[in-house]
Amino acid sequence: MDPREIAELIRQSIADAEVEVDDFTGTGDHFEVRVVSSAFEGKTLLEQHRLVHQAVALALADGRIHALHIKTQSGRLKREETSGGGNFHVIQ
Amino acid sequence: MEDDVIQQIKSDMETHKILIYMKGTPDAPQCGFSAATVQLVSSLGVPFETRDVIACPELREQVPEVTQWPTFPQVIVNGKLVGGCDIVHEMHERGELEPLLKAAAAS
Repeated sequence: MDPREIAELIRQSIADAEVEVDDFTGTGDHFEVRVVSSAFEGKTLLEQHRLVHQAVALALADGRIHALHIKTQSGRLKREETSGGGNFHVIQ
Repeated sequence: MEDDVIQQIKSDMETHKILIYMKGTPDAPQCGFSAATVQLVSSLGVPFETRDVIACPELREQVPEVTQWPTFPQVIVNGKLVGGCDIVHEMHERGELEPLLKAAAAS
């Protein structure tokens, strides 16, 4: 599965989500996702991860995603324009 | 049959203060996430039980229905899902895991 597809699913499912996805084994089925969204505010880690699971539920169920590392953070991201490296700054 | 499995899961979750549904066993984990989770919980010196969802396909199918959580491992404390590998490690980094598990083990 293309990491961009996963990022798109998460963006469609979670309001204002900023998403980064890595295929950490290069095999197209082990992914690490980092998601920042205001939708996580006031939610426990468990609830935050559930939102991400729900976004990719189909791909998890049919085995296209075999393993998923999730890192969530509430807040909004602002891409750092000046550094040019595509760095993210979290606005809490 | 399905109901029996669900009853077994609920009863296991109530009986054991700390229960880990994992792929494989603590001595022979079948997945890196399960290995890392068992290693972390073991390192905190609390007693825990495990169930192997690879040896028991019906657990692999039904545990996610009970907990509403799609992946393994799953760490259950006092009958409630705490989380999988990422969550328990993040809780550990925040210093939240050890007090939770020690309190459960002592209860």
